[in-house]
Amino acid sequence: MTSGQADTRAGLMRSTPLRSAPLRRAGRPWTATLLRGLLFLILGLFVLYFTLPLFVMIVTSLKSLEEIRQGSLLGLPQEIELTSWATAWGSACIGVSCHGLRPYFWNSILLVVPAVVISTAIGAINGYALSKWRFPGSDVIFGLMLFGCFVPFQVILLPMAITLGKIGMAGSVSGLILVHVVYGIGFTTLFFRNYYVAVPDELVKAAKIDGAGFLAIFTQIFLPLSIPVMVVTVIWQFTNIWNDFLFGVSFSQGGSQPITVALNNIVNSTTGVKEYNVDMAAAIIAALPTLLVYVVAGKYFIRGLTAGSVKG
Amino acid sequence: MKSLLDRHLPKIVVAPSFAAVLFFVYGFIGWTVYVSFTKSRILPKYELVGWLQYEKLFATPRWYVALDNLFVFMVLFVAIAIMIGLLLAILLDQKIRAEGVIRTIYLYPMALSFIVTGTAWKWLLNPGLGIEKVVRDWGFPDFKFDWLIDPEMAIYTVVMAGVWQSSGFVMALFLAGLRSINEEIIRAALVDGVGPFRLYFHVIIPSLRPVFVSAVIVLTHLAIKSFDLIIALTHGGPGYATDMPATFMYAMAFSRGQLGQAAASATVMLATVSAVIVPYLYSELRRKA
Amino acid sequence: MPVLQSRNLYKDFGAVEVLKDINLSIEAGEFLVLVGPSGCGKSTLLNIVAGLETASAGDILIDGQIVNDVAPKDRDIAMVFQSYALYPTMTVEKNITFGMRVRNVPRREREEALQRVAKLLHIEHLLRRKPSQLSGGQRQRVAMGRALVRRPKLFLFDEPLSNLDAKLRAQMRGEIKQLHKRLGATIVYVTHDQTEAMSLATRIAVMSDGKIVQLGAPQDLYDRPNSIFVADFIGSPAMNFISGRIQARDAKPVFVADHDGAPLALPVDHYDFGGDFGGGVEGDLRDGQELILGIRPEYVTSGAANHHGAVSVDFELVPSLMETNGFDQHIVFEFCGAELVGRFSSKESVEVGRPHRVHLDLSEISLFHAESKVRL
Repeated sequence: MTSGQADTRAGLMRSTPLRSAPLRRAGRPWTATLLRGLLFLILGLFVLYFTLPLFVMIVTSLKSLEEIRQGSLLGLPQEIELTSWATAWGSACIGVSCHGLRPYFWNSILLVVPAVVISTAIGAINGYALSKWRFPGSDVIFGLMLFGCFVPFQVILLPMAITLGKIGMAGSVSGLILVHVVYGIGFTTLFFRNYYVAVPDELVKAAKIDGAGFLAIFTQIFLPLSIPVMVVTVIWQFTNIWNDFLFGVSFSQGGSQPITVALNNIVNSTTGVKEYNVDMAAAIIAALPTLLVYVVAGKYFIRGLTAGSVKG
Repeated sequence: MKSLLDRHLPKIVVAPSFAAVLFFVYGFIGWTVYVSFTKSRILPKYELVGWLQYEKLFATPRWYVALDNLFVFMVLFVAIAIMIGLLLAILLDQKIRAEGVIRTIYLYPMALSFIVTGTAWKWLLNPGLGIEKVVRDWGFPDFKFDWLIDPEMAIYTVVMAGVWQSSGFVMALFLAGLRSINEEIIRAALVDGVGPFRLYFHVIIPSLRPVFVSAVIVLTHLAIKSFDLIIALTHGGPGYATDMPATFMYAMAFSRGQLGQAAASATVMLATVSAVIVPYLYSELRRKA
Repeated sequence: MPVLQSRNLYKDFGAVEVLKDINLSIEAGEFLVLVGPSGCGKSTLLNIVAGLETASAGDILIDGQIVNDVAPKDRDIAMVFQSYALYPTMTVEKNITFGMRVRNVPRREREEALQRVAKLLHIEHLLRRKPSQLSGGQRQRVAMGRALVRRPKLFLFDEPLSNLDAKLRAQMRGEIKQLHKRLGATIVYVTHDQTEAMSLATRIAVMSDGKIVQLGAPQDLYDRPNSIFVADFIGSPAMNFISGRIQARDAKPVFVADHDGAPLALPVDHYDFGGDFGGGVEGDLRDGQELILGIRPEYVTSGAANHHGAVSVDFELVPSLMETNGFDQHIVFEFCGAELVGRFSSKESVEVGRPHRVHLDLSEISLFHAESKVRL
């Protein structure tokens, strides 16, 4: 019982063998083979469906504009051109400034790191207090926080813009950090609370008798237990904040814009020749950090996605 | 003194977040709802004028287009993503050796920003250089695929991109659901001589009901909020043919200087989301309490 | 002075009263077991003693001091939990010494205390392991070690053995009993398992519905249960109950039940009615009053074995079911409209359906009012 505490969530990654493939049981061997073939055919088609756009993006980003116009969308580049990548990174024009995505990439980093750290830390302590130290009204507080996750943000855009202006944070990265922390608390609290709920209450009781208080129990017993949920939360927050567009476009301007906004501006700029290869390179650059996280820590990424919606 | 502090520490710790949520979520909602009952245009005004903004909103053809689009998009997006997601989950659950790799491929679009997805699909659907050209080059010179610039069809391109981005996620939900079904139920059914198709349609899929509910809720919620994808893919166009409430609200708020309209449309969105989310959250919290 | 006292203790959760007027007093060295079915309030009582929950009314006293508002850590108690509640990220060593580290006990002292309990519990070789690397029995030992290391005034055990398998449970039961003897510790122990209660306790408090229904030495509870509830709860297989009525025959009380449609009289004149029955059927007892007679299975034996109890009767009964456990066998008969379980030697050859001579030794019966279910 105690041993299971560290990995309480029955995840997608369960490694135990599952039911013996029901489709394989279907009658005689040749039907089974046929079904199996069909199965792989469908799975393969979907692999194509999901990879094709990425493939097209990559090959397009490596082609010259000339080749893009003449050749096929799906064809491999005859000559690999990295200039569009350099342009996208360093010299593409966004509005009147022509410094490419680079400054915006750093904006996003400057925004994401503190926003993720702060919202995760707040979520951890909130989740701990709301699961293991319930007090009258704590469930109501949690419910209100949770509902905050699902509010369509259009409903807070206007007052947020006004408030940021009043407190002098309009159009700044720190203003965006504030916004992301405030609207991230609901989810981070949810993650930690659900994780801690599965930790037996007796652990807290034992620690109380051992003489530890609220903070000592948190730092010495719960935090060391929390590595998996922390990874999940950090990845979730990182992906969401990096990919955010609505807050970025609403609350930042010019030099403080995050990368998604800059990307959109590059792609939808109407001046000059349409450089599809630069667009694609820019899109890939904007996607790289989250894709990298996904590839490295996909397991935790999926847990985060499913944590909010599948229980039991 | 110290023990008093100790006793109230949990509340003290939660208080700042709670205050922030009260102010930034509920206070702001209150403000927006209030403003939707005023005459605010470029600047907020605070005299109440009743339902004026809503009357105006529901007399605006563009708003109807947005609602129409939302409806079409939501229904198709939710239905198709669930069908594909469920299909893929069931197929992947057949002891596929390469499951890990395939699953990773199906799910990666979820790690992308909608802006990136929109950019990619905008290129694929480019009439002239995208898929249309590919098919023409294959020997169908009359093939036409210009939905992106066709006001009637443009909304379906949003569905295509949305489904592409989200069906892997739905698959992950269903796969997790399939894996949490009590194995003994399946063994019992097999012992009872239930065939594979009957097993799925009468035993397994019905027991995934909670996952269906979750998937519908999450996808509906995504659909109502969808903003980035439309901006990146069609920018609401051609004209305002692919406008949705979220883009409508944004336009009213930040480019048209119609705060009252923006507030009223945001309030309608909130009401719609609440109608879906509140019962769901309530039952979820009840179930666990 | 009693180590622990509870005075008029009440606890309610909203409209639900979980503890009603609990009064207990435990002397140093006592091993008190709180036993009862789940939901009877025994764990709540233990948590209140520990200070993990607060009572709605009444007092808890430790060493004569009211500790109602004293935090658990300052009550000088230690507790062992059902799930062991070992800190999963700490080694066994850290688990055991966590309380001392929190209290800033010097390192030397900690080390000594650790070695002392590790030796006592034979877990020296496990000190560097994490809880997840231990078996159930080992975790149980570590949990006890964490409690023993501080030499508290009072030990609280909350169903500590219920997560172990049967064999390990019996073994740990023996060890806990030995520890109690060796350390002379004062223990309050909660369980729902009456066997555990019987074998460990110096005194048992049987709880039901938030009340202590009987408090006494194990043998007392077994021999003289004060209600049908206790009689039924303590002992396995459970006591047999026969419904009937009391009648006077020749100025002597007899217990009359209906068997196979005919009245059947069992002599009960040896029973200590405690003034209820004075010569004739009088006092509190009316002639013909409905009673329930309880008889433990070990007093229902084979007639062929030829016992001669002081007061006994023999019947020819048909076994309907038998269950053997190797060392004896439990035979179920139909008797007076109820099941009568007898405890026969396993040597005895009994066949289901074939009448057998059954011997009822009535010397150790219990009589209860049919209506109030209370012992006479």
